Amino acid sequence: MSKLHEVFAAAKAENRAALIGYLPAGFPSVDGAIDALRAMVENGVDMVELGLPYSDPLIDGPTIQAASERALEAGITTKLVLATVEAVAASGAPTLVMTYWSPIERYGVERFATDLAAAGGVGVITPDLTPEEAGPWIDATDAAGLDRVFLVAPSSTEERIAVVTGITTGFVYAASLMGVTGVQSVSAAAPALVARTRPHTSLPVAVGLGVTTAAQAADIAQYADGVIVGSAFVRLLLDAATPAEGVAAVGRLAADLAAGVRRH
Amino acid sequence: MTTTESVRTTLPDALGHFGRYGGRFVPEALIVALDELDAAFRAAQVDPAFQAELTHLLTTYTGRPSPLTDCVRFGAQAGGARVLLKREDLNHTGSHKINNVLGQALLTVRMGKKRVIAETGAGQHGVATATAAALMGLECVVYMGEEDTRRQALNVARMKLLGAEVVPVTAGSRTLKDAMNEAMRDWVTNVDSTHYLIGTVAGPAPFPEMVREFQKIIGVEARAQVLELVGRLPDAVTACVGGGSNAIGIFSGFLDDPSVGLYGYEAGGDGVESGRHAATITGGSVGVLHGTRSYVLQDDDGQTVESHSISAGLDYPGVGPEHAFLADIGRAHYSAITDTEAMDAFRVLCLTEGIIPAIETAHALAGTLRLGRELGPDSVIVVNCSGRGDKDVETASRWFGVLDGERAPEGRA
Repeated sequence: MSKLHEVFAAAKAENRAALIGYLPAGFPSVDGAIDALRAMVENGVDMVELGLPYSDPLIDGPTIQAASERALEAGITTKLVLATVEAVAASGAPTLVMTYWSPIERYGVERFATDLAAAGGVGVITPDLTPEEAGPWIDATDAAGLDRVFLVAPSSTEERIAVVTGITTGFVYAASLMGVTGVQSVSAAAPALVARTRPHTSLPVAVGLGVTTAAQAADIAQYADGVIVGSAFVRLLLDAATPAEGVAAVGRLAADLAAGVRRH
Repeated sequence: MTTTESVRTTLPDALGHFGRYGGRFVPEALIVALDELDAAFRAAQVDPAFQAELTHLLTTYTGRPSPLTDCVRFGAQAGGARVLLKREDLNHTGSHKINNVLGQALLTVRMGKKRVIAETGAGQHGVATATAAALMGLECVVYMGEEDTRRQALNVARMKLLGAEVVPVTAGSRTLKDAMNEAMRDWVTNVDSTHYLIGTVAGPAPFPEMVREFQKIIGVEARAQVLELVGRLPDAVTACVGGGSNAIGIFSGFLDDPSVGLYGYEAGGDGVESGRHAATITGGSVGVLHGTRSYVLQDDDGQTVESHSISAGLDYPGVGPEHAFLADIGRAHYSAITDTEAMDAFRVLCLTEGIIPAIETAHALAGTLRLGRELGPDSVIVVNCSGRGDKDVETASRWFGVLDGERAPEGRA
């Protein structure tokens, strides 16, 4: 059983959904991101999704765009992202990387998988890697023992859901809405998408995109195995007057969301 | 079967690959829309009614066929080569962009979508899209980098007059790349109602193939015209390459003619060695950008590097995957033209032929001046005159100082 499965199984045993928190590496600084991610984990986030900042984030809204841009300006590199993984994984929470495909291909597909596994990462979410282009990635993640998470969307047909879930390991990422990150609303399509995904896979299904509040998390926890929150955390760091205040705010939101996924 | 024949008849493969290039690198949310588009495109390709409708528009609305102009005085500057301009600048809206736009706009109507979005650099594709949207009663939103809205203000006004909404994009380098990001975000959000009318031979499959097929008419016409006019095939065909749609369009007509050299000229900006350029094949590396694998201007971490060119339409850090493939197999040759070389050629065409070209096109003209001197006076070169320069009058006036008299032209060439 992979580490991710252990976390989902433990959450299920508590009759709740797992909470997955996202932040981009290198924002507001390499160490600042590590502090914020630790605060998340200390306050009840079960798994960390560490974003690898990219120059052309096609499915990210203004919040994550702004944070990514600032991380890149401050000099974040793929190697520093891997170092961040190492620091966060040491906190005990399973750590995945969320990255667009270009940085992996440039770093070297096998090399990225090997180095991420060596850093203690457990998996990778690749939002713009289609199954049709994923052959080398499947081999590399299998060889490195990493989970590879692909997305299904409200527009996905049954055939597409079958294809995507067929190559996914760890968990299936269900995009709650048609759109970019940071929208602050979960569409009515999310429960239907999760329901349509279930027959195709025994993997846990986690819902992300647009999840901001504990109430939304509680609602999603009724029908999904995991709740993914990203932009809401990033926004707190963007708005904070000081890095320390940002970290504290991230911790409070994590605690709030952790209570949400436990609400019955 | 020769290599070039197989290039034309077998590419891309079923997944949109040109060799190792192309494919689809997009969010899952867009796959269904891309599949729907692919199906609509393939059905239209074999539907005589669609083809008749498109041909009717290309003839009565665009003004096709565009002429092939014998440019004797310009040729004298190009080593005495016989230079023939394929006059896409004379199309309605002033560039080759309308060829592709009319095809995709008809597909939009066929798919039952009511809204089109587009990215634009120089504004030519945006103007063409706004034009087709007005013609067919579609809502139209054009994303344009803020920097480009400034240097191509005339085209912004044209789009607004045509009823389009122009959204200035302030992210990143504020040019074409960022406009394309923003258009993709709109598309993923509104994909049910909206067609993303990509203007170049890049993006995820089926765009590179589909845009090529809609632009191929340039090459098909040019080949027949040059045979009629000269009685033989040209020695070379030249075009500027940003994303590469005008170049693919004219190259496609000659891919099966191995004696015809194909030359693409990229935007060299301040010079490729300066790092400030947009010469993606000449100075880039293999990577993934905007949904496709091709040559990309990127750093060691796969982060896109900002491109630089005086020409907004070529100021793009990617290039169509078919160009990457043609470069790799050696069927087409790509090199860079600096801002200065392009502007010199711009002026030569103005003064020798009475034609003000787009600054994009001026890159192909500069390459032709160089190539003609290599090939000599017996050679025949067809240049894709992809657009006219009305939109560039301000930039060119500033460059040559014709408005304030600071830097008067040195006389007729």
